[in-house]
Amino acid sequence: MKREKKADEKGMRHIISILMENEAGALSRVAGLFSARGYNIESLTVAPTEDVTLSRMTVVTRGSDEIIEQITKQLNKLVDVVKLVDLTEGPHIEREMLMIKVRTSSSDSREEVKRLADIFRGRIIDVTATSYTIELTGAGDKLDAFINAFEKTPILETVRSGVSGISRGAKNLHI
Amino acid sequence: MKLTGADILTHFLADEGVEFLFGYPGGAVLHIYDAIDRQEHIKHILVRHEQAATHAADGYARSTGKPGVVLVTSGPGATNAVTGIATAYMDSIPMVVITGQVPTNLIGNDAFQEVDAVGITRPCVKHNFLVKDVRDLTSTLKKAFYVATTGRPGPVVVDIPKDVTADSADYVYPKEITMRSYNPVVKGHGGQIKKAVKLMAAAKRPMFYTGGGVILDNAHKELAQLAKKLNAPVTNTSMGLGGFPASDKLFVGMLGMHGTYEANMAISNCDLMIAIGARFDDRVTGNIEKFAPQAKIIHVDIDPASISKNVKVNVPIVGSVSDVIKSLLREIKASDFKPNKTAMKEWWQQINEWRAVDCLSYKTDGDKIKPQFALEMLYNITKGDAYVTSDVGQHQMWAAQYYRFDKPRRWINSGGLGTMGFGLPAAMGVQLAFPDATVACVTGEGSIQMNIQELSSCMQHNLPIKIVCLNNGFLGMVRQWQEFFYDERYSHSYMDSLPDFVKLAEAYGHVGIQVTKPEDVEAAMKEAFKLKNRLVFLDILTDPEENVYPMVPAGAGLDEMILI
Ligand SMILES: Cc1ncc(C[n+]2csc(CCOP(=O)(O)OP(=O)(O)O)c2C)c(N)n1
Ligand SMILES: [Mg+2]
Repeated sequence: MKREKKADEKGMRHIISILMENEAGALSRVAGLFSARGYNIESLTVAPTEDVTLSRMTVVTRGSDEIIEQITKQLNKLVDVVKLVDLTEGPHIEREMLMIKVRTSSSDSREEVKRLADIFRGRIIDVTATSYTIELTGAGDKLDAFINAFEKTPILETVRSGVSGISRGAKNLHI
Repeated sequence: MKLTGADILTHFLADEGVEFLFGYPGGAVLHIYDAIDRQEHIKHILVRHEQAATHAADGYARSTGKPGVVLVTSGPGATNAVTGIATAYMDSIPMVVITGQVPTNLIGNDAFQEVDAVGITRPCVKHNFLVKDVRDLTSTLKKAFYVATTGRPGPVVVDIPKDVTADSADYVYPKEITMRSYNPVVKGHGGQIKKAVKLMAAAKRPMFYTGGGVILDNAHKELAQLAKKLNAPVTNTSMGLGGFPASDKLFVGMLGMHGTYEANMAISNCDLMIAIGARFDDRVTGNIEKFAPQAKIIHVDIDPASISKNVKVNVPIVGSVSDVIKSLLREIKASDFKPNKTAMKEWWQQINEWRAVDCLSYKTDGDKIKPQFALEMLYNITKGDAYVTSDVGQHQMWAAQYYRFDKPRRWINSGGLGTMGFGLPAAMGVQLAFPDATVACVTGEGSIQMNIQELSSCMQHNLPIKIVCLNNGFLGMVRQWQEFFYDERYSHSYMDSLPDFVKLAEAYGHVGIQVTKPEDVEAAMKEAFKLKNRLVFLDILTDPEENVYPMVPAGAGLDEMILI
């Protein structure tokens, strides 16, 4: 019978996948809900689906079971939301894309970067005289490990897509 | 039939059955006002401030159950309406607010009188729309009414740029609409209904705690049947008053911060709480850790997000309140249910002991008018049958305690947001809906000044409201907290330089009566309520130091009330 304290409860990580009307303003309704109610967002991605009238949004958040229950109920209550699923409730696949640009001013460093990219199954997607840009896809911890592996090579820029995810097997988020 | 956007709007409102449009004109809505002028189905009620338009529409909605409809211009018109929109949102009142917007080609340009109305209102509406193409206007309006009035009701804003009201499109009234993303649940889950009835059968000290949901869903008759079946005590939230007859012997009064001793004690000691259409608001529960510590809880609500938000419940039932109660009654019949007679006898004995404390008794003092006395008098003179709107403060709590509402939709107050300035414009909406009814606005000298300009609208539209101003010369509720919790440091809670309310009422063309002695209250009220066709401002000078009791201090449990 206790009300959870939102701020100092970190709780479990959840990936909530939302199918919603592809309307102007739909994104701000979701973002506004999280900020107004003090829920945290670790990442948020959104893009249209194969049916352009629908968008699929993935929100990564943390919270106790009670808070996650409230988050899913509040999201469901938004008039633009058609359906949603907490992917972390079942088997699922989670992916994030990273692009990282590093300084490669010597042939040694170029070799080193190429070797790292191979180990992590990254792809070099842009090359200049002084830099390499590598693309890498995977779960968040793999991307973290890749970034941390650049001990000697200076990082010029990183950009991550945020997490998207999909259920394994027969379970679909579809109308 | 091809019509301009402005004419589509007025045709649609007429076809939707809208009687009144509460509004205020301005540049962005001039085409609409022109269209209003060429039709006679909807009556436009001109107010003096857009906030009042929203409260009037809200009062209309609360008293009739039909959606209130508002029309305001862009920019300041829209921002002035926000307080009323938020007020309706907090209390789940169905309302459609049409805001004018600058022409589509100027949106985002910081154009004259441009505000992002959709953005500003987003956190305080059930939903909102910007109409960018006149061909979408009809379907958007239909969606707005559908969303506002179904499920858990609430205000919906439709922002319409000026050029959309000038452009033309075909108009056909859509009888129905479906939205794939919006399907409110109505029927309660059968398994949950069975579980709930099992708990009822096992209960020794059951109790009903019901809120605004019973009134919004017109479930008062069903609630009365269910309460009788269980022979269990009923308490209401402030929003729920009138959802169960106050004169019924099962009624134990309002609960919460200023609830009765018997209601709060019963909550603290019950072993089964049946919460219906209520949301465990902090003003109701007090310290949540100490709320109903012995109770199993059944919670019936149309909004799944209200369930297990503040308090974990044992049997959640999502569905329309009236529908769920009907199912509960059927299940009770089928399961051959009988309340536990001996246990119930003991429970009522205990409750009657709490009742005997007589927590609403108050000390009288020869020459000062006690506000409680004035409200008891109001109850007697109106035979308990008036529509009572209220503002916010001590007078609101006293009205809730001393005016015993037997019918739903008679007690009209801003419960969730607590908006001072609500009472008078809300009374306008009620009086328009029920021209022959007695409508009293219970207010304070602080609150009434927040929308006093509406005395002018009342004159224009012939609204014979009776304003019962409990004038204590203080922002009384603030003063009470300062007395209790700030060592009597009365920082800015004294109302200096009050106007002469009698003269003020007269200046607007109404009748004003001041009452200064207890023995004059009755005669003054009788005189006021006899003036059937006039607005009367009763300025009743009440005891400035009176406090609202019982009171549960912040952080305390409901059984830790301060009694008088
Ligand atoms: C718009 C608004 N501003 C401030 C408040 C805070 N507030 C709550 S009660 C109150 C005093 C109300 O005074 P009055 O209308 O004279 O009523 P009384 O308590 O004296 O009966 C105030 C300032 C509020 N509820 N609404
Ligand atoms: Mg006062």
